[in-house]
Amino acid sequence: MIYKLSQNNKKSITNSSISISLENVSIKYGSSVAVKNIFCDIKKNQVTSFIGPSGCGKSTVIRAINRMNDLIEGCKLSGSVIFEGTDIYAKNIDPVEVRRRIGMVFQQPNPFPKSIYENIAFGARVNGFRGDMDQLVEESLTKAAVWDECKDKLNESGYSLSGGQQQRLCIARTIAIEPDVILMDEPCSALDPLSTLKIEETIHELKKNFTIIIVTHNMQQANRVSDFTAFFNTEKEGKDLESKVGFLVEFSKTKNMFNSPKQKSTQDYISGKFG
Amino acid sequence: MKSSSLKNLTYKPSLARNVGNKILTITAASFAAISVLPLLLVISYVIVKGGSYINIETLILEPEPPGDDLLSAGGIGPAITGTFIMTVIASIISIPVGVGGGIYLAEYSKSGRFAKFVRFGTNVLAGVPSIIAGVFIYAIIVSTKILFGSMFSGIAGGISLSILMLPTIIKTTDEALKLVPDNLRRAAFGIGSSKFTMIYNITLPAAFNSISTGILLALARAAGETAPLIFTALFSRYYITSFDDLFYEMGSLSVLIYNFALEPYEAQNQLAWAASFILVVLLLSLNILSRWIGTLGAFSKNKV
Repeated sequence: MIYKLSQNNKKSITNSSISISLENVSIKYGSSVAVKNIFCDIKKNQVTSFIGPSGCGKSTVIRAINRMNDLIEGCKLSGSVIFEGTDIYAKNIDPVEVRRRIGMVFQQPNPFPKSIYENIAFGARVNGFRGDMDQLVEESLTKAAVWDECKDKLNESGYSLSGGQQQRLCIARTIAIEPDVILMDEPCSALDPLSTLKIEETIHELKKNFTIIIVTHNMQQANRVSDFTAFFNTEKEGKDLESKVGFLVEFSKTKNMFNSPKQKSTQDYISGKFG
Repeated sequence: MKSSSLKNLTYKPSLARNVGNKILTITAASFAAISVLPLLLVISYVIVKGGSYINIETLILEPEPPGDDLLSAGGIGPAITGTFIMTVIASIISIPVGVGGGIYLAEYSKSGRFAKFVRFGTNVLAGVPSIIAGVFIYAIIVSTKILFGSMFSGIAGGISLSILMLPTIIKTTDEALKLVPDNLRRAAFGIGSSKFTMIYNITLPAAFNSISTGILLALARAAGETAPLIFTALFSRYYITSFDDLFYEMGSLSVLIYNFALEPYEAQNQLAWAASFILVVLLLSLNILSRWIGTLGAFSKNKV
């Protein structure tokens, strides 16, 4: 059933360019399956949001897209993740190169214990940036909508900023490496509503140049920022029905998803009946 | 009614639990005081007794052979430089090996079998008596004359001290790196840095203060050791004058104390006290320095 569903999705979006496509992706932690049989095509220069109840594997899937799961011991992926025609889980792929094309912003703001300027410059330098660093720092901070707040204190520690500013600094840091895709794993969950609003504005600006995937617990946020939405859910599996396995229930345009969801569980989740 | 309830709330010192509480508090406090007493007594005794023999001549002259001159025993200059040189040699060996090993344990092999074995070995090595380190180096370096035919030498002394420093440095590096939040590692990977770049630019600098603290504590321990040096560096009354002298016997503060404190001559005994004073001041300042470095938090708001 899941397979069929994703086939339908494929048809509806075949006529546009695809950045990343997940093909029958299943991810295991040790022997327990976290998510299974995900099919999903993510379009270029669009914002795609992943929503779903806790434990449904949204974060696991987003981390799989830039091979962040490699850092977790015992995490295995089957199926393939195709990024612009290349299977990023092929044997000859360097995960470092993958992460340079697919940057990531995390749940907790995590600036480096360096100056604001260095926070931006470090990533760029690591990626072999040879141009005008001052200009790059200004551009990145401007794109992340945090330039005005920190232009006078570029040499102060990244920790001197507020949580929301730190998160935008982290976004700026990711922008500075000029990736094709930016992954955001619940970027606003540690922030207050005002900072959240600013980050959402930032996301709107960014989608002109980047493909963005955002995991969020906040359905209003998914509705506000994203063009496409993927709804994940869990089902119980195994003899004792104790282990939960995540799967993709529905993937479509955000407008359609929130106005006329095809699946009952999506309808229930969106209207707040569970999760 | 009101007054009686108020009365019930007052503190009654004669109650059994309050009396017991007081007795236990006093007992614990006095044991705490007793536990620092040896430290205070040793340090103050050495400082008072040794401090009075400190002057420029004691600090720079070479020591006289016991019994030569009953009025003056010379100074402890060569012993100070000897201790300094041997701890430097020990550092040159143990800091790269120790920090490198700690990096491997914390960053590369988090819980592999080899890492478990190395951690176990480090813990055992930390508990090995220093004299064993001395005998070991005596057996493989001094008695075999493996170092260009030289036997007792400053280099052998430094190597035996490095064995004592190694476990402390590995352990503190390992622990310090483990304390660096994984958030920072993910951040570094998230912007496409390689593992080496991540360690070199992010986690090592973040753990730098704790690692330096560990190194200083290891240094402080090594600088005061006597037993390993008796077997390896022995003692010399002369300053080193050339690089070659590293391959000959070398004096040190701790061995000078050991040799001269037992001499029947007053002058030599005074020199041993002066050396004790210098050693204690050196160790105290290393400890205080390490504490100070430890307080320079890597994540404070103002530090860049």
